[in-house]
Amino acid sequence: MSANGWLQFAIFSVVLLATVRPVGIYLARVMEGERTWLDPVLRPFERLIYKLCGVNASKEMNWREYAFALLGFSAVSMVFTYAIERLQATLPWNPQHLANVGTDLAFNTAASFTTNTNWQFYAPESTMSYLTEMLGLATHNFWSAASGIAVAIALIRGIKRTRSATIGNFWVDITRTLLYVLGPASVVFALVLVWQGVPQNLHSYTVAHPLEQPSHIQTIGQGPVASQEVIKELGTNGGGFFNANSAHPYESPTPLTNELEMLLIFVIGGGLTYTLGRMTGSQGHGWAVFAAMFVLFAAGFTVCYWAESQPHPLIHGAQQTATATAPGGNMEGKEVRNGITESALFATVTTDASCGAVNSMHDSFTPLGGMVPLVNIMLGEVVIGGVGAGMYGILIFVVLAVFIAGLMVGRTPEYMGKKIEAYDVKMAMLYALIFPLVILTFSAIFVLMPPGLSAMANPGPHGFTEVLYSFVSGAGNNGSAFAGLGSNWWYNVAMAWDMLIGRFLMIIPALALAGNLAQKKSVPPSPGTFPVNTPLFMVLLIGVVVIVGALTFFPALSLGPILEHLLLHAGHVF
Amino acid sequence: MHTTVAELGRSQKQSHEEFEEIPVVHSVWKTAILFTLVTAVLFGIVYPLVVTGIAGVLFPRQAAGSLILKNGQVIGSELIAQSFTSDRYFHPRPSAAGNGYDATASGGSNLAQSNAKLVQRIQGDIDKLTAQNPGKPVPIDMVTTSGSGLDPDITPDNAYYQAPSVAKARGLSEDAVRALIAQHITPRQLGVLGEPRVNVLELNLALDKLSK
Repeated sequence: MSANGWLQFAIFSVVLLATVRPVGIYLARVMEGERTWLDPVLRPFERLIYKLCGVNASKEMNWREYAFALLGFSAVSMVFTYAIERLQATLPWNPQHLANVGTDLAFNTAASFTTNTNWQFYAPESTMSYLTEMLGLATHNFWSAASGIAVAIALIRGIKRTRSATIGNFWVDITRTLLYVLGPASVVFALVLVWQGVPQNLHSYTVAHPLEQPSHIQTIGQGPVASQEVIKELGTNGGGFFNANSAHPYESPTPLTNELEMLLIFVIGGGLTYTLGRMTGSQGHGWAVFAAMFVLFAAGFTVCYWAESQPHPLIHGAQQTATATAPGGNMEGKEVRNGITESALFATVTTDASCGAVNSMHDSFTPLGGMVPLVNIMLGEVVIGGVGAGMYGILIFVVLAVFIAGLMVGRTPEYMGKKIEAYDVKMAMLYALIFPLVILTFSAIFVLMPPGLSAMANPGPHGFTEVLYSFVSGAGNNGSAFAGLGSNWWYNVAMAWDMLIGRFLMIIPALALAGNLAQKKSVPPSPGTFPVNTPLFMVLLIGVVVIVGALTFFPALSLGPILEHLLLHAGHVF
Repeated sequence: MHTTVAELGRSQKQSHEEFEEIPVVHSVWKTAILFTLVTAVLFGIVYPLVVTGIAGVLFPRQAAGSLILKNGQVIGSELIAQSFTSDRYFHPRPSAAGNGYDATASGGSNLAQSNAKLVQRIQGDIDKLTAQNPGKPVPIDMVTTSGSGLDPDITPDNAYYQAPSVAKARGLSEDAVRALIAQHITPRQLGVLGEPRVNVLELNLALDKLSK
């Protein structure tokens, strides 16, 4: 660890903090249907989309209609992507003449991008045509991000409204998110990425004649990278244009692009905490939620940075501690331009959010360093979190925290003037239980069957962690991986369901909670009301997040990374 | 004029009965299909083409992959590592991309720290280097594969470690080679971000200029 490393963390944190308020205000204005400075340009497009798609923008939906619209749209767009993958050989923009994608992989990938996961059981540069990347995959980076934000806003409306049957119009919410937030930001930041060196073209791959041996041709994969790269981060999707994801110098060529990509991952999720405060009229609550998230983020980074800076206990004769001009530490699977600091920070950010982009190979992290991204996802990706998904995820934990505080003092719990009753807690618990249930069930099955075991790339406890990480990442809709894990039909299909359940079965209780809260009447605060804008609330919220995660997953963690750490430091390799 | 969501909330409180959903449900599929098609064209075709167009005008070199030409022939990309094996050149980091430096198959080794294969590989490479340069600790980036397998950079420590053998192979003084390295160190961006680094291909091109 070095002073410069901590300075880089501090700079990232300060820039993030500076974006929270302006982004939060802008998001609130967009989602409340207020005028924004982009209206003169975008309002006609917005109206045109409503007209073309038959959307009645003035009609609001109750939670069931909202959920049905979201599920219908997701189903249609998933079939759309599946079809493009299956037909890519006959479609245009396929300069490398890549074959159609096989059925199970196409299903897995369509599910993966529809659910905002972007798990990739394939090497993109040798599997997906430019058209599939642009029209089949990058579109979902926009759609799934907009859908997530829409659900978060619907839940915030549910908290804010009283005696209301409706929680907004799904089509209006995603259209406005796409047009006013994701679209313009993507154009601007894609160009920043190109400026720094990210390619953006539709040429066939470049044939280069290397300096030392010109006859040993190097074929260099390229394509429309920047346009996909930017929304991959901004929408917390994470699906790389290349197999190596943001570790690839064409996806993140400089430390500045690395920094920008990390900020794009957090910027909407961070801003939404301010939106929460603004829309519910309790800015202090928004900041308390942000503070709880930030504490967990800083803790994760500290552990990961420390672990990755450590020398390998069994390797001798190498400079493994930092010098003024070399980062030292565990550089297997890491890029020199990122070093240890920016790699550990990226790994923490991408799993705190549900992004899943990687700028270093998590599979080669130290046991404890690699446990940090795993634990971050296990906590439900509520530390800033995925765009929208992090907000509705943390609000579930807020409901649980308020409920637990109510139990402790023996009063009916209240949240923002709403009584939290049996139905609300049931929905919150449903949300909290589906996640570990699907992960632990799939992991247990796969470590017992031969096709599950044969896909492991590393022996010993690390192999178990690879399987666990994949199902955690899938259900958490993260998409990062201990990427050594191979794929086969069983994994393709099981992971697809893992991702679909982790997305849609968790959105439904969140929307049900929104609908139920919206129709409640408001009760005035009493001396028994637990205030949700205090440091005490922040501590309680952190406690609930950590305890739920730890109680659920600690046994699995001790069989994986913890055991691996202990054995490695006792001199055992596998 | 646009109605705010708050106003909508007030005006829509009446519809509560479940059977009222039926006509809405019918139109959902139609809207979903139309919305998918319209926004797919907008964000899947128009958006990437607009970015491609603007990028090609503003940053043509970067948009085309930061390629380096020599005598009219592409010799590689400034951003992509390529193989160097002779002592006359600086070597990039080991690569796990395909069979090494395969720029259509990027990726890391994905070997765990607890995997005996990784420990043996790294220790074996260290021992070979130490046999030629006794007593000098090997910079760790020299014996570890990068995440992409295409890392174009090495640490300055790594470059200085290679300086004596490159100088000897080229009949240059070690000081001249060290001076060349110093000229090619890219400092931390904006003074703080990332790590100091040396681009191997650019350093080798400069080396060729210095001594044919």
